[in-house]
Amino acid sequence: MKKLWIILTYLVFAILLVAPLVKMTQSAFADGWSGFVESISRPEALHALMMTGLVVLCVTVLNGVFGIMTALYLVRGKWLGRRLRSVMNSIVDLPYAVSPVIGGLMIVLLVGPDTAIGAFFEKIGVNIVYAFPGMVIATLFVTFPLMVREIMPVLEEIGDDQEQASATLGAYGWTTFRRVTWPSIRWGVAYGAVLTIARSMGEFGAVLVVSGNIINRTQTATTLVYQDVENFNIAAAGGIALVLAAFSAGLLLLMEWTKKRREVH
Amino acid sequence: MQHVEVRGLDKHFGSFHAVKDVSFNIQKGHLIGLLGPSGGGKTSILRMLAGLESPDAGEILFHGKRVNELPPQERGIGFVFQNYALFKHMTVFENIAYGLKVQKTPKAQVRERVMELVELTGLKGFEQRYPQQLSGGQRQRVAFARALAPEPQLLLLDEPFAAIDAKIRQELRSWLRELIERVGITSIFVTHDQDEAIEVADEIMVISQGQVEQKGTPWDIYKEPATPFVASFIGESTQVEHAVKLHGFDRAAETAGTRALIRPEYVEVGRPIEFPLLSATEEGVVQHLHFRGSQWLVEVQVGDQKLITYRSLEKEPLQVGDPVRVMVHRAYLYNEQRSWIAENRFKVDPMSMMI
Amino acid sequence: MRLPAKITQTLSFVQVSKLEEDPVQTSWLRHKGWTYGFRTTVLLYFVVLIVLPIAGVYVYAFTDGWAPFWESISDPIAWKAVLLTLKLALIATVINVLIGTMIAWVLVRYRFYGRTVLNSLVDLPFALPTAVGGLMILLLLGPNSWVGGIAEKLGFDIVFHQPAIVIAMVFVTFPFVIRAIQPLLEEMDASAEEASYTLGASRAATFFRVILPQIAPGIAGGAMLAFSRALAEFGAVVLVAGNIPAKTLTASVFIYGEVESDNNLGAAAVSVLLLTLSLLILWFINRVQRRGGRA
Repeated sequence: MKKLWIILTYLVFAILLVAPLVKMTQSAFADGWSGFVESISRPEALHALMMTGLVVLCVTVLNGVFGIMTALYLVRGKWLGRRLRSVMNSIVDLPYAVSPVIGGLMIVLLVGPDTAIGAFFEKIGVNIVYAFPGMVIATLFVTFPLMVREIMPVLEEIGDDQEQASATLGAYGWTTFRRVTWPSIRWGVAYGAVLTIARSMGEFGAVLVVSGNIINRTQTATTLVYQDVENFNIAAAGGIALVLAAFSAGLLLLMEWTKKRREVH
Repeated sequence: MQHVEVRGLDKHFGSFHAVKDVSFNIQKGHLIGLLGPSGGGKTSILRMLAGLESPDAGEILFHGKRVNELPPQERGIGFVFQNYALFKHMTVFENIAYGLKVQKTPKAQVRERVMELVELTGLKGFEQRYPQQLSGGQRQRVAFARALAPEPQLLLLDEPFAAIDAKIRQELRSWLRELIERVGITSIFVTHDQDEAIEVADEIMVISQGQVEQKGTPWDIYKEPATPFVASFIGESTQVEHAVKLHGFDRAAETAGTRALIRPEYVEVGRPIEFPLLSATEEGVVQHLHFRGSQWLVEVQVGDQKLITYRSLEKEPLQVGDPVRVMVHRAYLYNEQRSWIAENRFKVDPMSMMI
Repeated sequence: MRLPAKITQTLSFVQVSKLEEDPVQTSWLRHKGWTYGFRTTVLLYFVVLIVLPIAGVYVYAFTDGWAPFWESISDPIAWKAVLLTLKLALIATVINVLIGTMIAWVLVRYRFYGRTVLNSLVDLPFALPTAVGGLMILLLLGPNSWVGGIAEKLGFDIVFHQPAIVIAMVFVTFPFVIRAIQPLLEEMDASAEEASYTLGASRAATFFRVILPQIAPGIAGGAMLAFSRALAEFGAVVLVAGNIPAKTLTASVFIYGEVESDNNLGAAAVSVLLLTLSLLILWFINRVQRRGGRA
């Protein structure tokens, strides 16, 4: 009985995860090594990868800073009041419930060129939608809960005894945060950051809607994969997808590592 | 007829030798306490009897039939777990009925039996509660009722009172004893609390480092401990390195390296006039006095040895620093070869002083 | 907690000089304005990024009142897309509950070769871009592939038909149920199971009567997360579905199509429908979790 279950488990993994991965690798190298290199060294491919990198960088930094602060305020911020905190706490999860396409649509509806805000920004020469800022905002929206939800349980678990002890020893807010709070939450932050990187690298729906998917301008790696498939250029799509998958594999290892470090405390 | 027979039981957990060649018999209807320090192998023995753990070597027989290969489902046992292991998602009624339901007992019969047990364990009115709505003592009762419901032949209890407040524990102990007597079921329980074992069990097995040190009635074990471990584990005692130096034990402890364990109740202290046989006493000085509610705990220095004893509140009070007479009635002596109980020779034979 | 000023002063004289690297420069750091500045910034960020966009969609969908909204969602293509999404997401969730429960059980209870690797692999769909997931499924099951060829001969159509959408949804939501059950299985008191055995219950009876009820909250929570994620899935689905209206057009792909054809109102209307559904599920998960936490 035990054997049967283990074999079945292996089978599910093989069919659902491993076989597709192998198949994709195969097709990326269908035209040999040169075909793979060619597909990823196209100018639009290089530009798309760069855009993805930039989005990931901006989103991870912004989401890290604001995620940590939001988590701190939600757990410790007595000035917010119980009710408001509980309402905000529920709102944090909303992006989980929103389809990425809808997330993108929201940004377009709010700051698109047809709206008052959009028109204002256009006047002062800043494009949001169909440009880099919009892509970052859309991705920020989608990834917002990841960081907050990783840190909040850690903060709740360690309690505020240590922080109060630090305060009685004469340390002010920033010192207490850096010396007492940060060491306990850093692996939670690291894990949240890895999740954010993975999600922002892979974000597709929201970015597709907001960016307009303009070649060599707002196209990211994932939207390029989509375009290649739509153009029946499957081999090229496979090349880019393989690069992304390789990054994902690296992130997966990082996830495991940070998860273990997190459990040490 | 022996209900339980165990022959040469052995169990390793990895490199840890938990149970070493353990053999014993248990008579039908007896209540046995497995007593010993934590990590001594008591629970492993109990779990092997239940079939939750399989022995590396040895035989377990119930009513003369080997049960080693039987799974726990078919051994006809009831098991009460240390933390009760009640099913959290079931009510008290459902918990107790579980064993009957899985045996496909007719509904009416299940109901009857459960209500009978609810009555017996004093849980009437709590049938529809969930375990988290009960107190520790009540959960304990549910655990008993659940284990008893399928009418097992043997009841196994793993530290049944460990998780209960000291106050209620006392009450539950006598309740359990009474209950088991009424049901008439052979029972084995594990405990590290000697008071509990002495109070509840018909017979105690003292277990240490995977071995049975002694098996006997609580009184036997208290009176005549078979090994130094039992002597030091049961009751309070003071260890004396050189038993020869004790007044009245010079001959008994002749063999070099003989040590003694002396219980407080073996020692008497007092003013010289309190002793009719002054020759059996020696001089000492009161070091400390502790008030213990119903009596004084007296620490007395005799030569280079400190002894502990109790003194009744009725007697004339002592002061720290008072010179007193000390009489050691009895001592548990042991050396590398053997161990035995010796009486103060001047007390037994006061005339020997004259010779 | 505030200390009397005098104590704080004394303490800071003793301690802070050691803690702070540069006591002279940090005085401006302690200005009250910083605290208020941070608080305002974070609150503003929160409102602008999360609250405003969601409210915006609802407002936009109803700007011209009920009639246009109703018209948009009563378009057969629109409501059929929503219904199809619901149906397929439900199927994917059921599949995930079954294989997820099995895998969580195997990964927690059995020790076998490759267990840790499989355990790490569970998160792969989280780490992998969904578009890449979609492409992988397309390549594996597509008409030119080995599997697709066999299926076609047998008369099954996978890619560009509903089965492919279900597979894509199962792939993307694969970790949810497993990760929800695993901690419950790990923390489960082994003695409850043993108690069941000593009371005469077989392995199967013990699983269904004792173990399953204890992991049920995890299964339910994981299933609802998987369901709401499957409802929302776009990247993997759009690549494999073929997107034929009323047949393989899911709600999120429909919304994308409306945006592309500049029909923002239609997109917003269906979005409101889908959003409301997801929000209800989210609210329900929160309630279930809170109840589970209390028990």
